[in-house]
Amino acid sequence: MSRRPFAPKVVTANALLEGDAVWLTKDDRWSANMAEAELIEDEAIAEDRLLFAIAQPDVVVGAYLVDAKGTTNGPVPVHFREEFRTRGPSNYAHGKQVEGV
Amino acid sequence: MYKYNEFDEGFVRERVAQFRAQVERRIDGSLTEDEFKPLRLMNGLYLQLHAYMLRVAIPYGTLNSGQMRQLAIIADKWDQGYGHFTTRQNIQYNWPKLKDVPDILEALADVEMHALQTSGNTIRNVTADHFAGAAADEIADPRPVAELIRQWSTDHPEFQFLPRKFKVAVTGSPNDRAVTKAHDIGLRMVRNDAGEAGYEVIVGGGLGRTPIIGKVIRDFLPQADLLPYLESIVSVYNVLGRRDNKYKARIKITVAENGLDDFRARVDARFEQVKPQFKGFDQELLAEIEQSFAPPAFRVAPLNTYDIAREKNGAFRAWTDTNLAEHRAPGYAIVTVSIKAHGATPGDASSEQMRVLADLAERFGHDELRISHEQNVILPHIHKSDLPEVYTVLRDNGLATANVGLISDIIACPGMDYCALATARSIPIAQEIATRFDELKLEHEIGELKLKISGCINACGHHHVGHIGILGLDRAGVENYQVTLGGDATETAAVGERVGPGFSADDIVPAIERLIDTYLERREGPEEIFLQTFRRLGMAPFKAALYPEKESAHAA
Repeated sequence: MSRRPFAPKVVTANALLEGDAVWLTKDDRWSANMAEAELIEDEAIAEDRLLFAIAQPDVVVGAYLVDAKGTTNGPVPVHFREEFRTRGPSNYAHGKQVEGV
Repeated sequence: MYKYNEFDEGFVRERVAQFRAQVERRIDGSLTEDEFKPLRLMNGLYLQLHAYMLRVAIPYGTLNSGQMRQLAIIADKWDQGYGHFTTRQNIQYNWPKLKDVPDILEALADVEMHALQTSGNTIRNVTADHFAGAAADEIADPRPVAELIRQWSTDHPEFQFLPRKFKVAVTGSPNDRAVTKAHDIGLRMVRNDAGEAGYEVIVGGGLGRTPIIGKVIRDFLPQADLLPYLESIVSVYNVLGRRDNKYKARIKITVAENGLDDFRARVDARFEQVKPQFKGFDQELLAEIEQSFAPPAFRVAPLNTYDIAREKNGAFRAWTDTNLAEHRAPGYAIVTVSIKAHGATPGDASSEQMRVLADLAERFGHDELRISHEQNVILPHIHKSDLPEVYTVLRDNGLATANVGLISDIIACPGMDYCALATARSIPIAQEIATRFDELKLEHEIGELKLKISGCINACGHHHVGHIGILGLDRAGVENYQVTLGGDATETAAVGERVGPGFSADDIVPAIERLIDTYLERREGPEEIFLQTFRRLGMAPFKAALYPEKESAHAA
């Protein structure tokens, strides 16, 4: 049976206190900048990293795995929803687009 | 306006104190998110795409100037200096921090407001006609009844864990401005042949993924039977409603699956049990509440300043033509302040604008404000002689857009700019349509047109009942916008019909323009509004306008 190849992923969530979008880094931090996220290319590792994220309910809320692409500047989103999460709303200069992350 | 009594005050303060302790326990780790989530939702606190969002109830859309000023203070102190008025007469703050929310709730309690039951599977904020107590066509002010229902439903022990959320709307006018037919329960205040006051009860309406126009379950319910009857409906739904499938859990599905007659029979049987438990206290309470909604002391004054201003100032005249509605008191007008400046976010008011509106209400408007489900702010009682001054203040603060009821007076949900459920953005589409038709200087010629945009199938933007509805979806990872035509939110409610395949974000505005061109070419005259032309001609000419290539390919 053929399986689709595993698409690279990042672990993302919302920060408990601030509520903003954050990404899990390779050195186990939560960064507000997606470029610092760990790009995971192996399914087993992805599951493992997600469990690691879910085990931090006092830091983040609603952790999930989502597709991402690797670039020389770090991972970038594949889907427009995730792109909005890296930036903030389109109607005002609020959120990450002005917070210098 | 209704004033909290000692019980209300104590209850709201106690709930704030409880939530403060719950937030502390969440932050120190003693509560998990699974434990905390239902608690925060009970207090209107969501976690959205970029931040928490707090939804504050504006019961039946009524505010006084002090409350509006407090909303402005909250926006400045704990948010980004603005608030978003919603289609359910709530205000949403998009950027609060978790630790600040108890302080925000405390500040709300200081002005007799709260965020209770603005989320969760409970009876939500009771909405009403935004012209309540002022409209010339009104039989009775629906707000006392709405307040009675609010008190009955708040913390009602039987109805805190319903199969799904439950929304009630009340109107006191035969011209339905409260979308009662798209609510779980809609109430229309009516009089029977003997002249007695009562209600037409509509049940099982709703939008969302399965839009259904509500059905009349009782033609005439005597006033004294209201709460026992409502309790019977909700209690039957609580038992019968489906908890196995979220998408079939609303009462509209319960009524559709069981049939109206079966549902009515169950309600009637339940009513026999419930009615004896109501021993008249509810009617005493209603009488008491009614005292708080006594009409203001309307004054009599000459209207010549108004007439002169209309004659001399074209912009003022245009504004009075679109933004005023007929008041029941001679010499008065109902002012709808458009929160839809061309290119701005529908329903967003800055703290400065909130203060301006509060000042106007205090100086000229008997201290009353309303929030409409169409995301505008109403000054319900303005004497016409004060209108020139009111207009000048509004104009100086970017609040005098003369577009109420026109194509740029768009309802739009927050969409994927904020909402975690959204499948596409709504706000930029609304901004582009409003900007485009302002550039074309066409909207006054087009006349009445209700355009409504939702960023997902849940339909917070009421797209199903827009004359033109736009639904934003995710099609293979790209934002895509479907168009529906022929929806109607009034007493002649109808669900719009989908025209065909959706449009990309770049193509949706030109598509709307083609629809409007077709309407302008085909209407019988300026008095025939878009909806009437659509009803007369049907879908065909509009479909041809939206999909010209396909039509010509078909013809060839």
